[in-house]
Amino acid sequence: MTAPAVAVPATPAAATTDGLVLEAKGVSKRFGGLVAVNGVDFDIPSGSIVSLIGPNGAGKTTFFNVIAGLAEPSAGSVSFLGRRMIARGERSWAEPIVWVLPSVILLVLGWLAEQIGLDIVFDVTVPLALVVLIVMLLLAIARPVWYERSINRLGIFKSARPNDMVAAGIGRTFQNIRLFGSMSALDNVMVGMHTRLHANLLDAALRLGSQRAEESAAHQKAQRWLAFVGLKGLENEVAHNLSYGDQRRLEIARALASDPKLLLLDEPTAGMNPSETVQMTSLFGRIRSELSLTILLIEHDMRVVMGVSDRVTVLDHGEKIAEGTPDQVKADPRVIEAYLGKGASA
Amino acid sequence: MNGPQRLQGGRAPLRLLPGSLRRRAEGFADRHQSLSVIITVVILGLLLPAASQLPILNGFGHINDYVDGYANAGVFILLALGLNVVVGLAGLLDLGYAAFFAIGSYTYAFSASPFSGLALPFWPLLIIGAFVAAIFGILLGAPTLRLRGDYLAIVTLGFGEIVPIVFLNSDTYTKGTNGISGIYQPSLPAIPGLPAFDLPLIGHFNGTLGGSFGFGNPWPYYITVFAIIAVAVILLYRLQDSRVGRAWMAIREDELAASAMGINTVTTKLLAFAIGATTSGLAGVFNASKLAFVSPDQFDFTVSFTVLAMVVLGGMGNIWGVAVGAFALYEIQSVFLKQLTIFLHPLGVPVLSSIDFVQYQFLLYGLALVGMMLLRPEGLFPSRQRKRELLAELKGVDEAEPEFAPDEPAVTPEEPHA
Repeated sequence: MTAPAVAVPATPAAATTDGLVLEAKGVSKRFGGLVAVNGVDFDIPSGSIVSLIGPNGAGKTTFFNVIAGLAEPSAGSVSFLGRRMIARGERSWAEPIVWVLPSVILLVLGWLAEQIGLDIVFDVTVPLALVVLIVMLLLAIARPVWYERSINRLGIFKSARPNDMVAAGIGRTFQNIRLFGSMSALDNVMVGMHTRLHANLLDAALRLGSQRAEESAAHQKAQRWLAFVGLKGLENEVAHNLSYGDQRRLEIARALASDPKLLLLDEPTAGMNPSETVQMTSLFGRIRSELSLTILLIEHDMRVVMGVSDRVTVLDHGEKIAEGTPDQVKADPRVIEAYLGKGASA
Repeated sequence: MNGPQRLQGGRAPLRLLPGSLRRRAEGFADRHQSLSVIITVVILGLLLPAASQLPILNGFGHINDYVDGYANAGVFILLALGLNVVVGLAGLLDLGYAAFFAIGSYTYAFSASPFSGLALPFWPLLIIGAFVAAIFGILLGAPTLRLRGDYLAIVTLGFGEIVPIVFLNSDTYTKGTNGISGIYQPSLPAIPGLPAFDLPLIGHFNGTLGGSFGFGNPWPYYITVFAIIAVAVILLYRLQDSRVGRAWMAIREDELAASAMGINTVTTKLLAFAIGATTSGLAGVFNASKLAFVSPDQFDFTVSFTVLAMVVLGGMGNIWGVAVGAFALYEIQSVFLKQLTIFLHPLGVPVLSSIDFVQYQFLLYGLALVGMMLLRPEGLFPSRQRKRELLAELKGVDEAEPEFAPDEPAVTPEEPHA
């Protein structure tokens, strides 16, 4: 970029009082009889790069999906920035009562009024009750924040959905690339900004000044994100025409575009050649140093893991078997056993 | 940067123009999207009646018959535009789209007919009918949210059947099988002082715009429906090029990834249903007022199917393509086939002259669809994205070559950061 340097919008490192971005307690996930993740405790300190490793089928991706809100845990909870966001639903049976209650109250009131002799009231309350019921159902579908909060106050807890987690500040990539294939690279990144843009249906339909300003700002920001990951000049290229390595980088740009505080990378160097891997590794470093983001990495390439991580956690058969600095983990006999089999550590 | 890639509102019809003129016109279309949509619709609106006076077409009917047909085609254009949002943009296969058409129609029929005793004015009801349809779009969309692909299609098919049957059986409110007839036609306030005169070809103009909506005179309907189409196209283009439109496309491409990018898939999909239903509701109110009659059998599965065929043939996801597809299919089924029969009868060709082509309408439809899917699966006028998608599927994604050397550094060192 020759123009006066415009920095990629960085999110200041979010620090809670105890310096943890994310705190998972006793997270378990069962699929039928299969226990994919079993009672995992896991903390991510602010500003660090933490890696999650383990043999195939160890439950890494499942754990990832739980954190990202894609899978509700069977037990345990996840707090993000000090707020409990993910856990099994509590008292979810009570929610339908909340939907129906206002209409029922209206009907009862109307009936009481009729007993007194005010016939007309009943005629009004019946359609009104119907309207209220429809409104409540629409609210239950749309779930605006204030609805969620008031439901929480009644002791009803619902696990956060993926879009709630993105809004709270988690961005992610996928193990098998999941770009919006026929959309341009730029549009992919702009979809990533979805939660940070505010134009609604009406703004878009009327094309208000605020909406146009927001769109063009988003447009420029998206170009900067693409330049940041090294895809400058490929803005209008369709995503699935990009090379494999570029698609991986585009996924990262798309995740970064949501201004996350924690970035979840699921095997970002899978299938890459050594030189692409080196580039990718340096990108992780830049994401941390220039954007002060916290990164959680799932990775099979041990050179990448040992090179960039501050801390490494090892999962095997859904359980945490080791945790510590890369060197500690490397020397841990249980880890060697998990990877190479019994007797290898001896 | 913002121009060529993103805004293409008025561009599509410009492909017909020669080189330099086309480039200038495209520049204009990019800068004044809505204006160019209006200009295009006005030009087409003038050209279509004029085309009916061409020597070949002239013999088949009076100009008013043609204009009446165009106005009816306009209803289907609106329906196709709405379904395009649901199917083409958001990728939700809706086979019960006629339900919202029915809801719009009955809203007007109930609000302005001797049957109900109400005589509410047409113009506000156009909006109200659309709004009512939108509410039902959300309510019928809500149960289908967890479904994808085939399952979604089957459930919407069910809704498409349920709605007309409900209208059929709630005799007290809809007059059941007989349908509601004598629906009041729209009126405009009479403007005093306009002279009465006879127009060549068109007929008598009685001096008050208000009195000019009627069975004998299709022109006010024609103008009204094209005005509604122009507004719909402008709004749909704006939605498509916005945050909401991108979210729809993202859901079409990969719903799971879309939700992991922060898109609330529930509300976004319902919004698509609501917008589709709104357009359908507009078409319904207009259609009820034009025919002055509604009955449940106007909204059977063939309507949903026809509109879906229009969207697919026109080119899913491309607003202009869908509009042209709808117009062409409607004209073929209601004008061309009929005229073909009339034309071939007196010729005395052994087999051809005894065929009633209108009866074979769906056979011909089917053949057209099969041929289309084999020869040009992206539709007559595909959207750029749809074309890319299909091309990529045919080519295999792996063949796509990167545009630069893979060793180009990922790091752009001159990029400073805060």
